[in-house]
Amino acid sequence: MTDQTITDQAVDDAVVAHPEASTPDRFTQDELGWTPWLEPADEAGLTERQYEGLVDRARAKSDYFRLLARDPDILRARTLTDKDIFYNAKDGLPRAERELAAAATSRFNGCIFCASVHARFATHHSKRHDDVQRLLDEGTGGEQDAAWRAVIDAAVALAATPPRLERRHLDALREVGLDEQAVSDVIHSAAFFNWANRLMLSLGEPTPPAA
Amino acid sequence: MTDLIDRLAGVTPGSAVDALRRHRPATRDNAQASYDALFTAIDETHASLAERAAVAQFVSILHDDEVAAAHYAALARDAGGDALVDATTDLAASVRTTGPYGAYPAGPLTAEDRDGLRLGVAADDPARTVLGTRLTAALEHAHLLVFRPRESSPGALGALAAAGWSTDGIVTLSQLVSFLAFQLRVAAGLRLLDTEDAA
Repeated sequence: MTDQTITDQAVDDAVVAHPEASTPDRFTQDELGWTPWLEPADEAGLTERQYEGLVDRARAKSDYFRLLARDPDILRARTLTDKDIFYNAKDGLPRAERELAAAATSRFNGCIFCASVHARFATHHSKRHDDVQRLLDEGTGGEQDAAWRAVIDAAVALAATPPRLERRHLDALREVGLDEQAVSDVIHSAAFFNWANRLMLSLGEPTPPAA
Repeated sequence: MTDLIDRLAGVTPGSAVDALRRHRPATRDNAQASYDALFTAIDETHASLAERAAVAQFVSILHDDEVAAAHYAALARDAGGDALVDATTDLAASVRTTGPYGAYPAGPLTAEDRDGLRLGVAADDPARTVLGTRLTAALEHAHLLVFRPRESSPGALGALAAAGWSTDGIVTLSQLVSFLAFQLRVAAGLRLLDTEDAA
């Protein structure tokens, strides 16, 4: 057996491709699935430390979270960061605009799965389905009112590599009525999805909505 | 006490931006805990500190963040030595560009496909001698994740596995690059807020 054969076998064992699967080819608010390209941790064998990483024990049913549970400490810190940025909304930026920042970042980076989830959440909290759908259909440059324009533009500028966020983006957020805490919340909500998008995009792929 | 994001963003104790951060203690604490989980309190079985620090230095340079690049270069120097830091700096400097770009699945989004640099370190590139097979593959993958995440594929993960990365190691590497994409943007945003604070 040559070294190359050993290597090929190692790759075959590690990576699970789904050549038969049809992956969604457009942005949508439908509920998509997601399938991993690497083997998640086995649910039956999860350790207490891995459950702590999952934070919510019910997440043991998710392939995505059980895959990330292979490194439980960073999963736990990531999850707690995520929850505070998006759900601690008693002041600062309203939930709808946090989800809008997440959806706009996902649209710009090209994460069809993340965009579907957070577009749905943005619609739920804002009751503005058509505006959210326009973000998905026409992209981050599609027409929006001044407040959403300011959030989307800041998220897009921050998502670019290198980031190109400027003082004028923060001023535009203030001009539509956001206080300093809310401006900081826009920065955090948008920044977080540059993390989330890269995990969802690189460790697996979306699957079509259940028929 | 200041934390790493404070230091990267230049946030001083008692400033307006410091108060904004302290008003969200769970975000502040867990951003630091994320850094610690990747760089401080680590198990090196699947990814060494030198590998982690060099990838972080590389990603920081691609983000044009000199403060973060200096921080991670110091970490890489301690863990891996001068030659590692120099090879990482040289490679990063030669492959800086602007993103995101890349191709979508064929269909209506094809009109938005945008071409750009795809990093592949040549087999005879002297950098490989210093970086080694594993780290060279990790930096190629980091470049993909930073600039064209929508072109990720099973093949990209296969290249890491072929270079010796275990499945656990690939998860850690993916978290590390993705976390950096967050940390560097929080720092960039707060730096801008803090500059206005001082003005």
